[in-house]
Amino acid sequence: MSMSHVPSSTTLTPDRPTADATLLADRAAFVRTETIRLIEIAKVGHYSSVFSAAEIFAALYYGVMRTDAARPEWADRDRFLMGKGHAAVGLFPILADLGYFPTEVLDGYTRLGSPLGDHPDMTKVPGIDFSSGSIGHALSNGLGMALGGRMAGRDFSVFVMLGDGEMQEGQVWEAALGAAHHRLGKLVAIVDRNGFQLDGSVDDVIGIEPLADKWRAFGWNVHEVDGHDPVAVRDLLLALAERPDGAAPSCVIAQTKKGKGVSYMEEEPGWHLGYLMPADAERAIAEILEGGRA
Amino acid sequence: MSAPQLADGSWQYRSINAQNPGLDHLSDGLLDLVEAGVPVVAGTADLQYSNGLVKFAQRHPDRFVQFGISEQNMVSAAAGLATTGVVPFVATFASFLALLCCEQIRMDVAYTKLPVRLVGHHTGIALGFYGTSHHATEDISALRAIAGLTIVSPADGPQLRAAIRASADWPEPIYFRTSRGRDPQVYGDDVVFEFGKGIEHATGTDLTIIACGTQVHPALAAADALRAEGLSVGVIDMPTIKPLDEGLVRSATARSAVVLTVEEHNILGGLGAAVAEVMAEAPSGARLVRHGIRDEYSLIAPPTHLYAHYRLDAPGIAAVAREALA
Repeated sequence: MSMSHVPSSTTLTPDRPTADATLLADRAAFVRTETIRLIEIAKVGHYSSVFSAAEIFAALYYGVMRTDAARPEWADRDRFLMGKGHAAVGLFPILADLGYFPTEVLDGYTRLGSPLGDHPDMTKVPGIDFSSGSIGHALSNGLGMALGGRMAGRDFSVFVMLGDGEMQEGQVWEAALGAAHHRLGKLVAIVDRNGFQLDGSVDDVIGIEPLADKWRAFGWNVHEVDGHDPVAVRDLLLALAERPDGAAPSCVIAQTKKGKGVSYMEEEPGWHLGYLMPADAERAIAEILEGGRA
Repeated sequence: MSAPQLADGSWQYRSINAQNPGLDHLSDGLLDLVEAGVPVVAGTADLQYSNGLVKFAQRHPDRFVQFGISEQNMVSAAAGLATTGVVPFVATFASFLALLCCEQIRMDVAYTKLPVRLVGHHTGIALGFYGTSHHATEDISALRAIAGLTIVSPADGPQLRAAIRASADWPEPIYFRTSRGRDPQVYGDDVVFEFGKGIEHATGTDLTIIACGTQVHPALAAADALRAEGLSVGVIDMPTIKPLDEGLVRSATARSAVVLTVEEHNILGGLGAAVAEVMAEAPSGARLVRHGIRDEYSLIAPPTHLYAHYRLDAPGIAAVAREALA
């Protein structure tokens, strides 16, 4: 077979990363400041959707996931998928930081021919485990990966970040039903419960509560966590990563603030998609760095 | 609702599941691949009896996934599966696969260039009186516009099986468009399949019929009838709709006065449209007539009645050809 995506097998297993609280907070601030820098290139982007997820990104890549930047297709790596693909601008700096691609690639973000756009493309960006952009597909993609891991006898975990507005997509619940039925214990959904979507608050657009009860009713192992406490997020995800295949899949509802880290952006729905003029960007970066040190 | 019980305690009710031979050739093709060492995984959305995947599932339960009536989840999960090094084949009624899951096919299967194999079965009007919800006369049109997706419409079971075997060397995602699995056979079990190649059964100067899928068999019979009337008639089976064998189309248009495309599909966007695009860009003097469903929803009837009504049987195709040549 001449399949470009057939992964190579290896016995070398990197350890899980071990960032401490200081480094996790630092990397979350890095995600936010880099997001501001990159969106300055594009002149429009999803700042606040990244800011609610920054500690989760940091916890996953610096404290939880077994990956190897030198071998992005390593068959036993843990996977990360983004249902809310519009937050990819926050993930690209982490991938560059870890060495998946040169940091200079970030400087061409969204420019003609760049591999980096508003949404992640697995065919263009090393380290992106699945392309996204159409909300609602990712949990199904992750379900397929977890099934593939089972069939191959591999022990990797599959983390799928979902937006809370994404709960309104029917396919999410098809996947929720299927993953619980097939007992995909290596599958972990992380709902970034920042409360807002493009048209306003999730409660006003189409309410999704009681969310934890819904996931429990679908047969999932449900946990809630403060999504801006990177140590709490890390410790919970580490524990869930050790659950065996054959157990119920896990759902983490991360209570977050949309726009977290920049006072005038927090929980302000107008910032779902926007542009910070240079003076505002400076002010935002100062606030983020201040918070990162706190 | 229970069926009346007979005196011996058995039921009069006949299980359609048990008696339906289904698409044996689908499972057989997958078993061929497994034997050849291809890491096949098969999945369906509550239709393992209709598509015959039950046969594969019984042989390889560890390589079979039941997705339930969650077609979109199935297609997206197949893409996820493909990233782990397996080659997923997922099958359901073509109407649901191609139209309900069109966006999952575009985003998760084609855009990602993953080797997912989609099998849309009971295409066209094959589901007869089940009606428009279960008919698929738009699937080729919808999926032809998706970049990087190969579209194959085999003429019969053996050709489907051969195409599945040949898919081991085809890196692109594929949509197989197949009928009910109990259609008359054109080919023997030794048929060989080559992606992107049409099969020229005969050449003719008056007319070339270019057909795909279930229409190849009646097209060959119609050609026989027309030849008996003194006409020079060619027939091409065009199982790969995309990428189209443009060279074969051009050779037919150079040779024949009339080209007649025949498909169990809307004439908009399907085989006829693909041939029209080639003819428009390489004018030859040949005239094109597209035969198929004429941008409408089919009536309700048993399939054979529908094929006669829409002139998608041998007498019907011959009649359309005579009108084209008149």
